[in-house]
Amino acid sequence: MSRVKTALHTPWFWAIVGIALLLLINTIKNPAYLAISVNPTTGMLTGNVLDILRVSAPIIMIALGMTFVIATEGIDLSVGSMMAVGGAVAMETLSALNAPTSVGAMFAAIGLALLLAIALGAVNGILVAVVGLQPFISTLIMMLAARGIARVITDGQNTNATNEPFRQLANGQILGLPTSFVFAIAIVVLIAVLMRRTALGLMIESIGINPRASRLAGIRPRPILIGVYVLSAALAAVGGLFSVSEVMTVSVSGTGNLMELDAILAVVIGGTSLAGGKFSIVGSTVGALLIATLNKTVLFLGIPAAATPAFKALVIIALVLLQSERVRSFAFRRTTSADTPSGPATPAAGESTPVTKEVVA
Amino acid sequence: MTEPTAIVEVRHASITFPGVKALDDVTFRLLPGEVHTLMGENGAGKSTLIKALTGVYQIDAGEIVVDGEPRHFTGTASAQAAGVSTVYQEVNLCTNLSIGENVMLGHEVRGWAGINWRKTHARAHEVLARMGLGDLDPHAPLASISLALQQLVAISRAMVTESKVLILDEPTSSLDANEVEVLFGVIRRLRDEGVAILFVSHFLDQVYAISDRITVLRNGRFVGEYLIEDLDRAQLISKMIGKDFESLRALGSNRQTELRDRSVPAVFAAESLGRKGAIDPTDVEVHAGEVVGFAGLLGSGRTELARLIAGADRSDTGTVRIRGKKVTLNSPVAGLSRGIAYSTENRREDGIVGDLSVRENIMLAVQARRGWFRRVPAREVDQLVRTYMERFSVRPNDPDRPIRLLSGGNQQKVLLGRWLATDPDLLLLDEPTRGIDVGAKADIQETVAELAEGGMGVVFISSELEEVVRLSERIVILKDHQKVGEVVNGPEVTAESIVSVIAAESGDQAELQADALADEVAAGEDLAEQEGSAS
Amino acid sequence: MTGSRSLAETVPPIADLPESKQPEQVNRLSRLWGRSQSLVPTLAALVLLFGMLIYAEIAYGRVFHAGTMSSLLVGFAPTIILAVGMTIVIVSAGIDLSVGAVVAFSSVAGVMIMNIGVNGWLSMLLMIVFGATFGLIAGVMIQYFNVQPFIATLAMMFLARGLASILSTTPVMAPADSPILLLATDWKIVDGPKVNDFTITPGVIIAVLVVIGGMFFMHRFRMGRTVYAIGGSESSAALMGLPIAKTRVWIYIISGALAGLAAIVYTAEVGGKAQNVTGLGWELDAIAAVVIGGTLLTGGSGYILGSIVGVFVIAALRLIITKDGTINPEYLTIITGAVLLIFVVLQRVLTRRGAS
Repeated sequence: MSRVKTALHTPWFWAIVGIALLLLINTIKNPAYLAISVNPTTGMLTGNVLDILRVSAPIIMIALGMTFVIATEGIDLSVGSMMAVGGAVAMETLSALNAPTSVGAMFAAIGLALLLAIALGAVNGILVAVVGLQPFISTLIMMLAARGIARVITDGQNTNATNEPFRQLANGQILGLPTSFVFAIAIVVLIAVLMRRTALGLMIESIGINPRASRLAGIRPRPILIGVYVLSAALAAVGGLFSVSEVMTVSVSGTGNLMELDAILAVVIGGTSLAGGKFSIVGSTVGALLIATLNKTVLFLGIPAAATPAFKALVIIALVLLQSERVRSFAFRRTTSADTPSGPATPAAGESTPVTKEVVA
Repeated sequence: MTEPTAIVEVRHASITFPGVKALDDVTFRLLPGEVHTLMGENGAGKSTLIKALTGVYQIDAGEIVVDGEPRHFTGTASAQAAGVSTVYQEVNLCTNLSIGENVMLGHEVRGWAGINWRKTHARAHEVLARMGLGDLDPHAPLASISLALQQLVAISRAMVTESKVLILDEPTSSLDANEVEVLFGVIRRLRDEGVAILFVSHFLDQVYAISDRITVLRNGRFVGEYLIEDLDRAQLISKMIGKDFESLRALGSNRQTELRDRSVPAVFAAESLGRKGAIDPTDVEVHAGEVVGFAGLLGSGRTELARLIAGADRSDTGTVRIRGKKVTLNSPVAGLSRGIAYSTENRREDGIVGDLSVRENIMLAVQARRGWFRRVPAREVDQLVRTYMERFSVRPNDPDRPIRLLSGGNQQKVLLGRWLATDPDLLLLDEPTRGIDVGAKADIQETVAELAEGGMGVVFISSELEEVVRLSERIVILKDHQKVGEVVNGPEVTAESIVSVIAAESGDQAELQADALADEVAAGEDLAEQEGSAS
Repeated sequence: MTGSRSLAETVPPIADLPESKQPEQVNRLSRLWGRSQSLVPTLAALVLLFGMLIYAEIAYGRVFHAGTMSSLLVGFAPTIILAVGMTIVIVSAGIDLSVGAVVAFSSVAGVMIMNIGVNGWLSMLLMIVFGATFGLIAGVMIQYFNVQPFIATLAMMFLARGLASILSTTPVMAPADSPILLLATDWKIVDGPKVNDFTITPGVIIAVLVVIGGMFFMHRFRMGRTVYAIGGSESSAALMGLPIAKTRVWIYIISGALAGLAAIVYTAEVGGKAQNVTGLGWELDAIAAVVIGGTLLTGGSGYILGSIVGVFVIAALRLIITKDGTINPEYLTIITGAVLLIFVVLQRVLTRRGAS
């Protein structure tokens, strides 16, 4: 019984419920929604569920990167543009190399895309950790700049290219599952292992929860902060690669457009708080799946796709309010530790009290 | 002769925070035309009482009466409207605005076309002139004048409104002697005109110079209200720390003074270590196996000195040698990597990483030393965690529980485990027994003695002087950001004698007292030696 | 203490303190310098602006040309309105990322309302109300639920943009006889030779009025001064008894309302056409204008007039780039971003140095 209780309290449990609900709605509309069949010409499996998994790959990537940035109490608004950068570099490289079957060309494209993303991510990290700018403004500027860089790389064109190995990323299958999805999950597992097998995850959480105590305990915040922004950019670029591989074209204004919203939403749904601290990789991944399902459901039900940003915004607002202190202390009158003073039970209403509520006389 | 009616009366007020009763049935009164000082040590409830009077906190029980009317302050504005003005320790003004604007903020002179700046600045000038600040240009930015002058500007602000009560919360912390005199001149003038002035300060000399009456709080409770002439310094201090003057005498030191081998370089030796605004250049040394106590009242610079030693803050002056080798300690990492561990005063803000488990909190510093890549093996972690949880009897015995759910005492023990796990050569403990139950206190004190016996150098800081006296081998006495004395502990050294040093009239006198005490101790040692060799 | 005299009146003045005398102020100029240090960044922006304009005039000619000036003013009137609102928000140490999206929603919703027959003037009023509503929600989230401003307004941005897209993804046109179009009528102020006329529109007048109103609010209203206080030190402002909560919510309401107003002016200027992709990136222009104009991103200091200079700097930048022709238009966003970054980093470095 207590296992059920723990499940109910895990935030992303509700995300899974959400996914189930959406799939149910789709099935009501078309009872054959969940069916999987074999495509006679290509010999590959097809089906709506597989489509969802395929489009979830880029979202899983940006959500993963965003998770760690948010855990340090920061934000990365440039992930959408970084996807465009990744896609632009890949397409331009492949188009320039003009080697339709070369695997080497594919690796070159991927490598270059990652390099540029890492460099740009490092810029973000340095601006935040060394110069001390607020994360939202530095990544907001990067959002602007990166899209511009993508435009410059492709000369404003929606470059397309032909390279079969690269195309297989989004269009191929491994064991019946879309290749990009398999790779995305593999990367998630890899990063999860990195975070938990080393002390990196612990240090990120520590910095996010209490930067002062972390510093006094000997943790160096700077390299870690720079690292999470580099990681976020690199993962976003990979997401961009998955995204453009679908149609082998990069859209300088379309690729990654508004995806930062999806990333933030996935992370928040997954249980990582915007206030920083403990993060949940599984949660963000499930959140990403939920968003992919939502996107596809909206299309399937014939609702204009333009409606989704508004709906997603409402969900973010609701979740953020729920996460806020005020609602938490109102709704859940938990006993906190025996003597951790946290300010008066009834702070002076109307006027806001000074920010620091110390008790020590 | 009828007693004047109080302008402010606090009747049986209580304020409770989760787990802590910050004010417990406190009754207090303030008469017009007096300077009334509020005194008390850490956790006494001074600042809570002030915040209740200024509308920042609301009282849970009791009532506050201002000028005969019971008041219910809903915020700072309503307190000000009731005639209570406050000036805080940190200058709570807006440095991005002009001097005149800061004086008049919220009360600017308005006309039909909005704020009339000419008149507003003129009024500000008027008010400033009455404070002796007539030379200041109200248009100049606040940031262009010294902190001391800013403090006076903050007080001028109180004169703009119809203040019947002026609360000064540690107003002299950043002022030098001349500036304090000017301030006191203004305060006396205001008092003579009938203003009720509530003064809060830990600088004893100033308290005795300016006050008419004193109220002492301790542990959130009202201890007593006295006329200044009826209470001498030593009595005041003993009331604040809660020990009867006579019984202080009895709390002698139990430690034997050992002859320490001074030829081995000290674990830590600093010359002229100082930081502006925090602590004057000070010499301090700690040897292996030695417990050095930092004794002094709140605000004397104890924590600031400890932070410099640990590298948590950067020093402006001074050289530091660890085992004879000169080093620069400019970050906590530098301190930790050289074997200096620092357990902070404020465990909630600087100590615990709340959402992480007990286990993670204990091994955090060890892990940080090892870097992000090499994870401390689970076996080692488990062993460390088990060792320290058992040694300090951490309750509940669940290493995976988030540390924020533990009681203060247990949190402190976990933090102690964190620092000890780094196997330091020098351990600085800043108020390790604050807010902890008696049993846990004893545990920690025992641990300190054990560690020293094992060869670790320990700096022990506590507001409870008898603790410091009981544990330390050598006591560094600090007052008003200066070291005023250093004594080797001995039977002659008691909490009372430390108190006399601190209570001395001035810095110079304090040093004289300390020297006298040191002479006593030395004489006692010689005597013991003679007796020893004679038998 | 009895009587209603203030303390200041009852306490006789004390002889002036010797140490309150400030160091010898050699001449009035240095006193003026002391008073107006926060004006320096704005003056720098002004110098930059004139530098750019002069360069453009020399390099391309026809810059100080009435026609060019007119079209710049008319084209940037909406940006000016947004910059006023953004200045107020940023001075309070906040940010509003939603203004562009609110412009989109207001314009689409407003035009659609006009098309179903509602009175033109009422519709315009409603456009302002829509904007104000978005601002109200953001303000409440920020003040009462402690949500960080960038998150709250980011969410508002997506909400507004999304709602606009739900209303219509294709452009909608206001009725041909709608009063809104009146706001775009050209008023020839100076009739110069050929096309070298100086013309403005009522939209420009509105922008000017907003600027004047903004300046008045910031410098002559207690609430405006509270904005500066909050940005300088919120805790001090609270202890001084200033109405923080009320002011903060109003700040965001004003920003939203001005976005609605900008929507009106813009829709008029483009002939009554409104679509959901309007205003993309406008918040960035507004933020850049404010930062370039000398307002500190961290709050507490800045002038509305400075932001207007900032708008013109951006306009001049656009001008130079378009006239030059050789610079790839793709570079435009990068350049704007780079300029913004330079100013933001400069602000950070200079304030850090000033603090230590």
